[in-house]
Amino acid sequence: MRFGARLALAVITLAVTATACGTPQDSGSRSQTTADCAPYARYAKHPGTEVTVYAENRDREADLFEETWADFADCTGIDVRYEGDGEFEAQIQLRVDGGSAPDLAFFPQPGLLERFARAGRLKPVSAGVAALAKQGWSADWNGYATVDGTLYGTPLVANVKSFVWYSPKFFRDKGLSVPRTWTELMAVTEKAAASGVKPWCAGIESAEATGWPVTDWIEDVLLRQQGTDVYDQWVTHKIPFNDPRVIEAMDTVGSILKNDRYANGGFGPARSMASISFQEAGTPVLSGDCAMHRQASFYADMWPEGTEIGPDDDVYTFLLPGADAASRPVLGGGVFTAAFADRPEVRAFQEYLASADFANARMKKGPFVSANKGVDPANAATPVDRLSIQLLQDPRTQFRFDGSDLMPASVGVGTFWRGAVDWIGGAGTRQVADSIERSWPSH
Amino acid sequence: MSFDAVAQQPKLLYLLQGVAAFAAVVSLILLALHRGPVRRRAAALLLLAPALLLLTVGILLPGLRTLALSFTDSGGDTWAGFDNYVWMFTDHGALVALRNTLAWVVLVPPASTVVGLLYAAAVARSRFRTFALSLLLTPMAISFVGAGVVWKFVYAYRPTGAGQIGLLNQLVVAFGGEPRQWLVDSPSNVLFLIVAMVWTQAGFAAVLLAGAIRGVPAELTEAARLDGASSGQIFLRITLPSIRPTLLVVLLAQAIGTFKAFDIVKTVTGGQFDTGVIAHEMYDQAFRYGETGRGAALAVLLFLLVTPFVAHQVRARRRAG
Repeated sequence: MRFGARLALAVITLAVTATACGTPQDSGSRSQTTADCAPYARYAKHPGTEVTVYAENRDREADLFEETWADFADCTGIDVRYEGDGEFEAQIQLRVDGGSAPDLAFFPQPGLLERFARAGRLKPVSAGVAALAKQGWSADWNGYATVDGTLYGTPLVANVKSFVWYSPKFFRDKGLSVPRTWTELMAVTEKAAASGVKPWCAGIESAEATGWPVTDWIEDVLLRQQGTDVYDQWVTHKIPFNDPRVIEAMDTVGSILKNDRYANGGFGPARSMASISFQEAGTPVLSGDCAMHRQASFYADMWPEGTEIGPDDDVYTFLLPGADAASRPVLGGGVFTAAFADRPEVRAFQEYLASADFANARMKKGPFVSANKGVDPANAATPVDRLSIQLLQDPRTQFRFDGSDLMPASVGVGTFWRGAVDWIGGAGTRQVADSIERSWPSH
Repeated sequence: MSFDAVAQQPKLLYLLQGVAAFAAVVSLILLALHRGPVRRRAAALLLLAPALLLLTVGILLPGLRTLALSFTDSGGDTWAGFDNYVWMFTDHGALVALRNTLAWVVLVPPASTVVGLLYAAAVARSRFRTFALSLLLTPMAISFVGAGVVWKFVYAYRPTGAGQIGLLNQLVVAFGGEPRQWLVDSPSNVLFLIVAMVWTQAGFAAVLLAGAIRGVPAELTEAARLDGASSGQIFLRITLPSIRPTLLVVLLAQAIGTFKAFDIVKTVTGGQFDTGVIAHEMYDQAFRYGETGRGAALAVLLFLLVTPFVAHQVRARRRAG
């Protein structure tokens, strides 16, 4: 019902905007505001110039971006033309090949950024941006936008994937406490199952990306069982995909996700997760048909309207625990800005996006997480964002980027996802891992 | 945003240049033709030149480039020999796409033609012919993407006990069955996608065939009826042979379209659950995975597979004309 209404609204909005202006996602940053221009003085004036930005974010996310940089645009005179496209990952290649590359692109995957950097399409960052990057992010984060020692971009968005969503009320009623170690997590799982509730719910349907939530699970568990070194070696293929340690991690995940006793809470047998979209997979947590749902921080936006998120509200989240209570393995993702042009106004805008000022301003507008060391957790719009930022800033945290985003695309967004789907469908761990290993490009 | 003529100036300039260039070429040709007596062959060549040029730039060169790319690696710049073609016939995902395309091409054209034919035969002489045909034609007016979304809902799955949102599972449940994951269970999910394709294509077949059936001389059927033929016999022995050329055209057109099927797969399953077809795999390889060489090789394969059908179609048309 809600979806239907939303769809209808979307169609009407699209029709109206399309007839009204022809380009629905076009920038609206021409509006005059009476901003205090002092903070923007360092970016100099670039009157009459234009910077085109191409990214994946649409609708509300796009609006929030545009609102955030509206003052920058007014003060510097740069007309920032933003275009959001849900097909970004496939279309950016066509854009660049076709000679209409945007000035700036927000890359949701370091692997994609690397492809364009290696092809010589991206411009290395300016000295100013490099300094901001060094000051704002850890070496790990900057490393994701570095190709052969050259920095090509800066992190823009960060998200924490290793979250487990749960209902505080449900946990209270069942006498469960938030687990701090993997052993405790399995104890909670068993206790919930013993009380007649399937402890875990999951949904992996996501059109052509179907399967990605499972790959996140596997990465999360590998990171916990074997640590960052083995994880890095696996992602960069220094150890084969079907290494026995990876098989072990997969089997651990399988003991939860492929186990009809533990999954799929609220949806039926474990196999049902292939038909359940990832957006709706957590809803049984609200009705008490499922105890836990492992999904990224951005799942906060996917709860039904009116769901309160907080430690004493409808749903909240805890970090998927590591082997012991002291470890903080965090799997995450992020979006990176990179430039196809090096005109002064593009440089200025890229510098602004790399500043903590931008991240803080953006956070004040609505849900947003940046891994920038300079952001203030107090600016976070939601408790989950605050938790994410605290985790990202915690020196004990061992952050690792989502492996499937770092692997070659034919594996990371291809055979790994497909393999995960087959695996949930009943294929054996060894068989799936072997076939993904065979698909790894040799060049 | 209104149309800003000043902002659009560069584009208008390009347009102007294009028109000017076109005019120049045409006048040059006319001028050349005008100058003195030319042999007919030369004149023909000159008149064909613009079309040939456009075909060369728009089809021949990209085609040759794709062919060249199919022998290169992912970046499209290093020679890779026949690697991509070997990959195509050894990789699991690519083989599944080949298998599914075969299933599509074998099943979609006959199925949509038979459905269209039966429907056309049923309504051809009815009073509500136009209305009935437009009913079946409606799916054609919907884009493939729209059709894909519609059928994705038809096949949607909800677990036992929960409210079903998919038509098919609702029917199954209403008759006391267990809901199934239609789009997940391979290989039957390929058949469910094919049903969606047939749904979009049957109308096209029906309209053409209804026209052909109307074209069968009434004297023939009347004579047969007087001779005591049943309506089944009339259909099989008179109508079918008379509309054979149209039937063939319809079948071939469907086959060519089916080879290139992409939208339905992309919208309904995204090629997951072993439902990929060549065109979709080509897109994935070239644009999502950045494997230019493999994508190009699949494009070449698709071209080779479609060519005989197109050639036959052209020859059939020439015979008819």
